[in-house]
Formats: sequence, C-alpha cells, structure tokens
Amino acid sequence: MILKTNKFAQKLTILTSSTDMSTNDQIREDVTIRFAGDSGDGMQLTGSLFTNTTALLGNDLRTLPEFPAEIRAPQGTVPGVSSFQLQFGSREILTPGDECDALVVMNSAALKANLSLLKKGGTIIANTAGFDKKNLSLAKYPEGVNPLEDGSLDDYELIQIDVTKMVKEALSDSDLGYKDIERTKNMFVLGILYWMYNRPLDSTIDFLMQKFGEKKPEIAQANINVLKAGFFYGETVELFNSRVTVKQAELEPGVYRNITGNEALVLGLVAAARKSNMPLFFGSYPITPASDVLHGLAAHKKFGVTTFQAEDEIAAVSSAIGASFGGSIGVTSSSGPGIALKGEAIGLAVMLELPLVVLNIQRAGPSTGMPTKTEQADLMQAVYGRNGESPLVVLAPKSPADCFDMAFEAVRISLEHMIPVMFLSDGYIANGSEPWKFPQSSDLKDINVSFEGPRTNGEATPFMPYLRDDRLVRKWAIPGTEGIEHRVGGLEKEDGTGNVSYDPDNHQKMTNIRRQKRDNVALNIPEQDIDQGSTSGDVLVVGWGGTYGSIRTVVHQLRKEGHDVSHAHLRYINPFPKNFEALLKSFNKIIVPEINDGQLVRLIRSEFMIPAIPINKVKGRPFGVSELKSAIEEQLSAQATA
Amino acid sequence: MVETLIDNFVKEHEADLTTLPDYKGKDFASDQDVRWCPGCGDYTILKQVQNAMPELGYAKKDIVFISGIGCSSRFPYYMDTFGMHSIHGRAPAIATGLKVSRPDLSVWIITGDGDSLSIGANHFVQLLRRNVNVNLLLFNNQIYGLTKGQYSPASPTGSVTKSTPFGSIDHPFNPLSLSMGADGTFVARAMDRDPKHLKEMILRSHQHRGTSMLEIYQNCIVFNDAAFELFTDKKSRPQEAIYLEQGEPLVFGKDKNKGVRLDGFTPEIVELGDNFTKDDLWVHDESDKVKAYILSRFFDEQNTGDGEGELRFPRPFGVLYADDRPTYDDGVNAQVQHAKVHHGKADLDALLSGKETWTVK
Ligand SMILES: Cc1ncc(C[n+]2csc(CCOP(=O)(O)OP(=O)(O)O)c2C)c(N)n1
Ligand code: SF4
Ligand SMILES: [Mg+2]
Repeated sequence: MILKTNKFAQKLTILTSSTDMSTNDQIREDVTIRFAGDSGDGMQLTGSLFTNTTALLGNDLRTLPEFPAEIRAPQGTVPGVSSFQLQFGSREILTPGDECDALVVMNSAALKANLSLLKKGGTIIANTAGFDKKNLSLAKYPEGVNPLEDGSLDDYELIQIDVTKMVKEALSDSDLGYKDIERTKNMFVLGILYWMYNRPLDSTIDFLMQKFGEKKPEIAQANINVLKAGFFYGETVELFNSRVTVKQAELEPGVYRNITGNEALVLGLVAAARKSNMPLFFGSYPITPASDVLHGLAAHKKFGVTTFQAEDEIAAVSSAIGASFGGSIGVTSSSGPGIALKGEAIGLAVMLELPLVVLNIQRAGPSTGMPTKTEQADLMQAVYGRNGESPLVVLAPKSPADCFDMAFEAVRISLEHMIPVMFLSDGYIANGSEPWKFPQSSDLKDINVSFEGPRTNGEATPFMPYLRDDRLVRKWAIPGTEGIEHRVGGLEKEDGTGNVSYDPDNHQKMTNIRRQKRDNVALNIPEQDIDQGSTSGDVLVVGWGGTYGSIRTVVHQLRKEGHDVSHAHLRYINPFPKNFEALLKSFNKIIVPEINDGQLVRLIRSEFMIPAIPINKVKGRPFGVSELKSAIEEQLSAQATA
Repeated sequence: MVETLIDNFVKEHEADLTTLPDYKGKDFASDQDVRWCPGCGDYTILKQVQNAMPELGYAKKDIVFISGIGCSSRFPYYMDTFGMHSIHGRAPAIATGLKVSRPDLSVWIITGDGDSLSIGANHFVQLLRRNVNVNLLLFNNQIYGLTKGQYSPASPTGSVTKSTPFGSIDHPFNPLSLSMGADGTFVARAMDRDPKHLKEMILRSHQHRGTSMLEIYQNCIVFNDAAFELFTDKKSRPQEAIYLEQGEPLVFGKDKNKGVRLDGFTPEIVELGDNFTKDDLWVHDESDKVKAYILSRFFDEQNTGDGEGELRFPRPFGVLYADDRPTYDDGVNAQVQHAKVHHGKADLDALLSGKETWTVK
C-alpha cells in the first residue's frame, strides 16, 4: 500500500488536526469535484453515480461531463482523457464550478489535462498505477519526470493510492479474470469519495444490482465489494485531514429527481404528446450530442412515440414533415452540421405551414468542429439559416431541467400556430444535470389541437387549405378526411386557395403573412421577466440558453457587492417577448454574454438599435463564474470612467 | 384524431363496409390546368394513373401522392387526392414518415430519373431496402426536363445534352438493377406509349405489399425526344421489347419466332423452329430473384447490334420481380403496439418521476 501525504498536506493536517481527524468533519457550503481518467476508466459512470447519490441527499448540484470525440482515443494519452465535474452544495448551485476542490486522476494524462482546474491547496487522489513509466511517457512527461515525486504538486494535498493493487486485493477471493477486476477500479475511487464526502452507498449498490445483478451476479458483487473496500479504506487509513459534510440545500419543498438536459427534453416531448393527445413521430440521424434524444424516445414506444432512424438528416426531417402532413407531431433532432442539411426541408415546412419541431443540440465550431464540446453559435443559423424569407420560432432552454418546459412549449407553439419551431439546446445543458422538481401530469396544461373537419354536404366552393384565423394560422387538414382533398407544396402559393402562384403581389403578401404569423406567436408566450434585480436601472445582463447558471451566479455576487446590475434570460428568442424592447430600453447599458462570437447581441442591436455590449468566449467550454465576473466588472468600470 | 381515422379505416375495410362511390377516372382529375409541354409523355401516365384509381378500392380521401421536384413531380397538382409537391429527391423520405404514421393511406411517390437517381438516390435505395408499403412511379426520360435539358444519371454514356456538348462520360444507372441490388421487393417496367399495359402495371404496383418500384419510360418531347423509340414504336417494338408474364416462356419477335433460353445462368437468344421449341425457353417466374436480376441486365451492354434482325436481348417490360417481405411500416407499428400491450401502463407520472426521487420538506 502506498500512502504518501506531502509536506503541504501535512502542514494542513497539523493545522486542522486539533481533534481526532475522523470526527473533524468540515462543513462546507459547496464542493466541486472532478473525476478524470482514460476513456476506458468509467469516469462518466463514476461521476453520474456520485451525482445520483448526491442528489438523493438533497444537495443542489450541476454537472459537466467532458469526453473525447473518439470512442477509443489512444489509451493513456492526453486526448484520450475523459472527465466529469460536479459542483454540489447546500446553497443554490447553478454551475458545475470553475475550479475543483478535489481531483481524481486515474493516470498521468488525466493529471496533466486537468491540474489547471484544481484550486491551490485542493486534493489530488492519484492512482499510482497510472503513473508508471509507460503512462508517464504516453502522457508526454519528459523522461525521468514523475509529477507525483518531483515536488511539483507540493501546493496540493496529494493522496497516492495504487488502485489496481487495491482492487486485486479486495477481489483476491473472486474468480473474475484480470480484465474484469481491473474494470472495478472506478468503484474503489467512488467508495473513497463517498467516505470523504459522507455519502451513503445504497443508491450505487442498487444500481449495480440492477445493472448486473441478474445476468452477471459475480460482476455486481465484485463491484459492490470494491466500492465498500474503497469506503472502508478511506475510513481505516484516515486518508484525509478531514471529512467534508455538505448539508442539504434549501430547495423549494417538493419531490425531486436528478435529470440531464437531453433526458428532460425527451420527457417534455412525451408529455406534450400526451397533453395534446397526439401521436409523436420522431425522425433522426445520430450525431453528438443529440443522439441521446433518439435513444431516449426510442424507449418510450408505449406512449405512442414512433422513432425512425433515417439514412441522413434530410430524410430525418423529411420523414417528420411527412408524418406531420398526416396528423402527427413531427419532430426531428440534430446538431449544427445536421441542421445545415435540414435547411431546405425546414423551408418546406415553413411553406406548408405544418407543425414541425427541430431540435438543435449545438456543438462547437463550424463543419465538424469539436463534437463533444459546447457552444451557442447556431443562433443566427436558427433565425436566418434558410433560403428565402423563411420565418420560424426559436426557443432556448436555460438549464437541463428547463429542457422539459421548453420542449413542451416547442410542441405547443408548433401545434397551435402551425409553424416550425427550432429548439436550441447545447452540449453543456444536454449532458449536464441538475435536481428537478418535476411536475405532476395534472399540472401540465392541455394542448388543444383541432383539425379541419370533413365536407360531406356537397359544398359549392372547393376547400381552401390556406384560409386563416385571426392569428393567421391555417387549419390542419389531414388525409383521411372526406371532401378536403388538396395539394400543398414548396412552390409559392396563393393565399386562401393554396394554388401555385407567381403573382408578385401575392408573393409580397405571403411573405408578410408568414412573418406576421411568426410574430403573432409573441402574443402566446410569457412576457420577458427579470431573473434578478429590477425592471429598470443601470445595467442589464441579457443571456440565453446554457449561460444561465454562470450569469445568475455572477449577477448575484455583483448585486451583493452593491452594483446596480440586473439579469434577464431569454428563452423565447424568435419572436422576442413583446415587452422585450421596452425592458431593454429601461436600462442604461445592455451586456450580452454568449458562448459564440456575438450573435444575440447582433440581433438586439439590429432589431432595437441599442448599442448592446458583447462578452464572448469560444473555447468549447461554458463561462467560468470568475472569468465572466471579471468580464462584466470590466464593463462596469468602463462605464464608471466614461 | 389520427387514431380514430386509422381505426375507422381498419374497421370499414375489414368488414368490407367501404361503400366507395362509383368513381370514374376523370373524378381523379383536379381543377388545375395541366402545364406539361404538349406531347409530353407525362400526359398519358397521368391519364392511366387516373384510370387506375377507381380500381384501388380506396376512397379519394385515403390516397396521397407525394412528389419531389421536376416536370414529372408536378403530378400531384393534377390529382384530386391529397398531395404534396415537396423538395428535390426527398419524396421517399416524406412518404416513409407519412406511411409509417398513417398505415391506412394509399401512398404514391412520383419521381423523375434525376429526382430519384441523382439527388435522391440515397432515399430511393433506402426506401427499397426498408420495403415501406408505398408505390413509387419513376418517370424516366433520361434527362433533366425541368432544368431544361441536362443529362441525368440515367442518360446513356455519350449523351449530348446542354451540359455535355461533347457527350456524357459517366456510366448510367440501370434503375431496375439498382432496385434489385437494393433488395426491392417489386421491380417492374412500363412505358408511356402502351397505356393498357401501363395501367395494368400501376394496378399491380398497388396490389403489392411493400415498396413497388415501377419504372416508366417517358418521352420528353422537348429535350430528349425519341429516347425510347425502339421500344415504343409499333414497328420495332416486337423485336426490341419483351412483355413478361408470370409462368409464360420468354417469346418475342415480330412473328413470335424468337425466344430467350437459359444455358445455366447465361441467357441466349434462340430462333424457334427446328432446333428449339417453346418448351426449351426460359419460363418467367417473378419470385426468382436471380433470374429477375439477369432480366434487369437486358440493358445497354447486352446490345450487340443496332437494328432489326440483329440478335440482341429485348428490353423486358412487366413485373421482373415480386416477392413478399415484411414491410417496414408494419414492423414499426407492430413494435409500437407490442410496447403498448407489454411494456406496462403508459403512466406519464411514473415516467416523469423516474426511478429515484427525494423529497424536500
Ligand atoms: C435542391 C435542388 N437542386 C436543384 C434543383 C433544380 N432541379 C429541379 S428539377 C431538376 C432535375 C429534374 O430532373 P428529373 O428528376 O429527371 O425530372 P424531369 O423534369 O425530367 O421530370 C433539378 C436539377 C432543385 N429544384 N432543388
Ligand atoms: S420538358 Fe420534357 S418532360 Fe418536361 S414537360 Fe416538357 S416534354 Fe415533358
Ligand atoms: Mg427526367
């Protein structure tokens, strides 16, 4: 057994060990931990299990899984590192944390890739088996350098454990082969962290029994034994200078579950199908980070959901349009590159004036970019990215749990207004998770859908598919309904009759109608609210999508420090809520932080002639709280001197 | 709504309660002016489709035509049924979504050789592979009509067109071989100039459960006139075309004096008379996939001569291949039904709460 604590840690220990270490529980408001290892080390699972246990304990939390794009990136190398970060606390937690208090590294590459994210004085739990000569060289440490031994980690509390050896010992009685034994390493580390942060093992044990219990009981048992061994190890060797307790958060009373953005999105769609009493047809083509929506919906067939894995994104959206023409809720999903392919078909749906929900789980960069990294750079694509004037509705959830509400809204608006709706999520909220006070189905509003009825009385005039109500919405006229046989298509059509028309005035009229019809959606969505602060004042920070947590946290801090800063977060972007302009104009300065090169800020500037100020970052990662805070502070002081 | 429609349809059709109006072909003509060039082969195809409609056993309200883009794809506007003129090449995908979600409908895809063999080729082969229960009418004029005369993936090598003034270089698709290669379950060919046979093939397409791929030779009088004259001209037709009939020997020629014989898997043309009689000939069997493929290869490279009297393989018309394979739409709906019955109650609240919850007081 290797157990070394370095000098700095010893000092710390001395400072804090006035009482028995094991009873010296430290109470903390929040903690950030990060699991990092090779893609094959099971770090995502370890992170999710820790998250579930933590959620069940009643902490508020946010997670950030980060993994390489390659499924089997070269083992032991820095590009092959997969990590999972989680912040949990007894206060409101809205981000996965900037820097972590504890970092688990299963090999030297994991240390190299993640050390900069650890707080000074933070804890490193290192698997020494991952720091042998071979691993050090794979991680490209210079010959003869081992960071565990050269004093370079003196500023941290370094705990070294030969996890490979530990699990072999813990499973010395087991008949499992070497590989299966190796695979339990992550459970040992998880056990240690459960000890360290005072968490019970039962939810993880339940999970292991469910996953392996029936088919491979010996694997389940081995994992459970190793998990316990890790926990007892922490207890017996009194590894740490103190255990940390994070009390329950003061969340709103209610029943909670933990949920990721993509899971919430799936539930939102199913719920909307239920509440509208409509079948849902989902056509999709796999792409990171949207595939989990397809996986999720494919499992919910009993709710009347049909999923179709198409041959490409164009077929996916086209199939959804076909289903929608037939009277189903047509939904399609992808990420940026796939949305680009769907553009022409989305334009068709605009012309046909049929419901269609397009989910874009954004990822970083143009072209293939950085598939597993997050970005908000498809907003302009969503609003304008089609040929011709092709207005549609754009919505954006602000957090993992909000994906439920906004998915429900996307379906509702699309059905009620016979218009395509683009739902802009991103990799960060799609994969991140948070506690969710889920609704009861009876809390959800019904969505009313009405179809054109049959015409069986020998009506004199032919059926007019493009007659509209006062919101400019046409009736959904589906095949199988007698007497309303009609043709639709992508050619410009005459208002009312729907006949093909090249008449110049008619094209102008139809263009205006399609725009106004989209704008009328503003009458059927909530007004923009202020998340924090007042409805007028000095500075308003306007965000959209996944930046919610960081902006909220920063604005909260700035307000505590006495700044006149408020925060509004847009979830309905196109059209903007009808009070949005007035709200913007009640502030002296508008600041718009985005994970792109300035897109919402351009919409705001061009729409309202307001010199809104951008704060942008495009690194494939969300805003850290401190970096965003300094960026906003810079703008505040610029104002002070101006 | 959709479920009610499907239920009603199933009930009516099962109990044979459908009292369809006594439709005539012209009842299926819409009120729109037909805008193809005078003399275009599309007119006769439209007529025969309209003529076939009363015999489908479907009410107008339950028939849908979906097309891509091209001259041919204007077709749905002229049918008094439900219809969608969609985007270039994507009709098979749209039809798949429609048929899967609305198995009660009779769904027809109208497409051109550019639409389905070029921009939409992927959807075309995927449709055949999946075997969605729809009918696809491929209007093959071996040219891009709507864009005014560029060569298409079906144009023979050397085609001189607007975009290939010195002759096209690429090797063309053989749509029937392509369909066989994509594991199509119904592969047939007809021509605009033989309306009676065309109508028969349209009805056969409808009767087949699965994707029915009917290639129709269609004359584009403006940009590729007479492309199929050898087969459509009454004089050369007997020599150049062979009409396939289930269980019948492969006989052709002006005087029905020629036949096709199989030597192992190698076809050969024989003169009927002293050496060979009808009993020696290849007897057509639509369910034989290997032979259907050989028939589909009675195509360009088989032609060794260029006129009457030469020994070369006639172009087959009729059903080359028809076989049953479970359809994609049936499979998808069976899975949904199975889940509804066997996966427990569809309890939204249970779904929302998930497996692990906790209560904050
Ligand atoms: C995305 C897209 N690309 C190109 C076109 C232009 N276009 C329209 S029809 C056509 C070819 C049609 O040829 P075919 O399918 O053979 O139909 P035909 O006109 O011969 O009946 C092309 C290239 C288009 N409408 N859309
Ligand atoms: S261009 Fe050719 S295919 Fe098109 S309508 Fe005219 S004749 Fe028919
Ligand atoms: Mg053509």
